[in-house]
Amino acid sequence: MIRELLTRLAETRWSIALHESLYVWPLVESTHVLSLTLFVGTAAMLDLRLLGVAFARVPASEFTNRLLPWTRLGFAIMVVTGVLLFTATPVTYYESLFFRLKVLLLLVAGFNVWWFHTRTHDGVSSWELNARPPRAARVAAIVSLLAWTGVVVAGRLVAYNWFACDLQPQPAIVNTLAGCVVPPPDTTR
Amino acid sequence: MMLPFFEWCEASFLGQLVRTSVWLFPIIESFHLVFLCALGGAVLLLDLRMLGTGVRRVTIAQLAGDVHPWLLAAVAGMLATGIPLFMSEALKCYYNPSFWVKMGTAPVALLFAFVVRKRVARNATEATATTRLVAMASLSLWFVVAAAGRWIGFSS
Repeated sequence: MIRELLTRLAETRWSIALHESLYVWPLVESTHVLSLTLFVGTAAMLDLRLLGVAFARVPASEFTNRLLPWTRLGFAIMVVTGVLLFTATPVTYYESLFFRLKVLLLLVAGFNVWWFHTRTHDGVSSWELNARPPRAARVAAIVSLLAWTGVVVAGRLVAYNWFACDLQPQPAIVNTLAGCVVPPPDTTR
Repeated sequence: MMLPFFEWCEASFLGQLVRTSVWLFPIIESFHLVFLCALGGAVLLLDLRMLGTGVRRVTIAQLAGDVHPWLLAAVAGMLATGIPLFMSEALKCYYNPSFWVKMGTAPVALLFAFVVRKRVARNATEATATTRLVAMASLSLWFVVAAAGRWIGFSS
């Protein structure tokens, strides 16, 4: 079902134009990469503060109130450019092991963000001046740093086709995890 | 004049090691990106403050002092990952205009960060016209370095 939808998407004029363009695709991709500094970069600074290893003189709430809007802006640019890139070659990404890993890590990172902002951040006024924030905040910071690092690394490796479905034979585990449709071995001969 | 140096890099042990490995270049490249995030975050944290936005309740001078070691660490990470990447494809870089744009801008950005911006930030409490100008120059310089860096991979 998903594969059929994405195959149809890949056949649209929009998708073909995007992935065949000489400059649009590289420009969108570059924007996607450079926005990492705004998104992951500022988020990492908040994480360092929450971990209690940096910027102890800056109240934690300054980060969540006044730096987070920039993080959100970065995230918005990442999503828009990311969706554009996805529509350029949707089936390739759908079948990419690294892309699947990236989506999985995005879910982990996203859950952590949701958890932090709905639970841990509520009581920020009681610990915003502490050089070392409470345990829950420090755990959220570590999960965030690891998950986003994973997203960046997996995202970069999407460009490598080591485990691509059209490069058979692949180990069975790769074909299963990447959802490759492998034609059954030829038994007529 | 520079070509023999680039040829030496390409033929060096490190250059060959990274070039002949399937995994090394991609993995080092990925962490070059991770350090880009760290560098971008450290640069933005102070530049936004110097622009009059971002975190407050701490003076520019104090924040600059706190950010400095993280900025240094990020730059060290960029160099530690960037040098082996360069060595593995030094000749490709030699004939790549984006590479030269990056190498022309990166030293300027570094000097600007560790001389001009550092000095201005050390003597500033709140954002002024000067700190805003310095922050915009800083952001522009780093933007060119990062954009040219990404473009090395496209213009080959």
